[in-house]
Amino acid sequence: MSTAAQEKSVYEQIGGEPAMAAAVDVFYRKVLSDDRISHFFEDVDMERQSAKQKAFLTMVTGGPSNYTGKDMRAGHAPLVKRGLNDVHFDAVVEHLRATLEELNVPAPLVERVLAIAGGARADVLNR
Amino acid sequence: MARVKHESRWYPLEAEESVLDGLLRQGVAVPNACRAGACQSCLMRALSGDVPEAARAGLKDTLRTQGYFLACVCRPVTGAELEVAGADALRVPARIESMSLLSPSVLRVRLTTDASFDYRAGQYVSLLRADGLARSYSLASLPREGLLELHVRLVPGGAMSGWLVREARVGDAMAVQGPAGSCFYVPGRPEQPLLLAGTGTGLAPLYGIVRDALEAGHTGPIWLFHGARTPEGLYLADELRELAARNVGFHYRPGVLTGGSRDVAEGALDVLIRAECPKPVGYRAWLCGDSDLVLSLRKKLFLSGLSLKDLHADAFLPSAPRVEAVGAR
Repeated sequence: MSTAAQEKSVYEQIGGEPAMAAAVDVFYRKVLSDDRISHFFEDVDMERQSAKQKAFLTMVTGGPSNYTGKDMRAGHAPLVKRGLNDVHFDAVVEHLRATLEELNVPAPLVERVLAIAGGARADVLNR
Repeated sequence: MARVKHESRWYPLEAEESVLDGLLRQGVAVPNACRAGACQSCLMRALSGDVPEAARAGLKDTLRTQGYFLACVCRPVTGAELEVAGADALRVPARIESMSLLSPSVLRVRLTTDASFDYRAGQYVSLLRADGLARSYSLASLPREGLLELHVRLVPGGAMSGWLVREARVGDAMAVQGPAGSCFYVPGRPEQPLLLAGTGTGLAPLYGIVRDALEAGHTGPIWLFHGARTPEGLYLADELRELAARNVGFHYRPGVLTGGSRDVAEGALDVLIRAECPKPVGYRAWLCGDSDLVLSLRKKLFLSGLSLKDLHADAFLPSAPRVEAVGAR
């Protein structure tokens, strides 16, 4: 099997699980501090919320993930009912970019991650 | 319809009814307190049948493998048959060794146990009266002290606290079950700053954790914030000031909402914490007591830079009233 750098996932290239563990605190803090979207992320159980976000970061960086488009739709349907729209989606993508940049992920890799995240828009917004 | 077998009798459960509610409704005595899957007073053991995973959340692996589950959050699927037994095997007989008031609203209860009782300072136990009445309390003692120390808040109309303060006598037989909870000091990184904050009897586990950390040779600064509405709600203040005098790295900061003085700050606990620890990045923290306050403090500390893995929260839940309420809270 080829292990050429361009075929490795971003997840592997930036350090796998430990990198996700570091990224999730930064990312969660950003979304929780953003009044536009924080209400979608409020959860009495912060551990559970953090685990969900770690799974999200793992997925968009191409790491081991069992998410399907159907899961994304079902998982976000209640949020869409509460008004989740493109503005919120863009805000999350913005925080994702800022998180990766803060962790010194090289620009081409950041773009690859944002492309994967952007591809989930239709499923997340249930359309 | 699911059904539950207990001591050779079958009990039907209504749709969405928990094992605890179903058994209580049909006259089976099962110790319980928070009824929210937290305090672990209602531990039971499945002898046969499938227990939903949600009813085992938070249990230690040693308990899971023996079939233990939390009856209050156990809702078997329709058609399921479950055979259960009480958790008597986990209970350790105990006797009341002494009782004294730490403040007008907090009773210190010290217990001796017949068998050795392993725990970490800061964990909690269920205290059971002979008739099965159970309440969950944090341990304020250190394992090496032998006696188990609980700080019992005197709740108006409280079943357990009322009984303890009015009727219980030194020497009375009780039982403890546990321990549970992950609010404790783990040795390592002795230079890391520690932040402990609690309201009311949330001081109990913190009092254990602080002394445990100091005895383990923790060298980093240790901040203890104890909040109350009024100065009467503070307790162990002299002991904590003495402890601070003996340990240069330990800082005790009591705070009240009204009635502050030269020694006691006045204001909200989070404001007091921010004034003393403006940048808690890299700290380890324990938050105990009133659940709204604990949850809001956790969020604030996380946003100000504390890592989630270094944040230990123990939100105290009041015990839920029983169907035929006995006046407990």
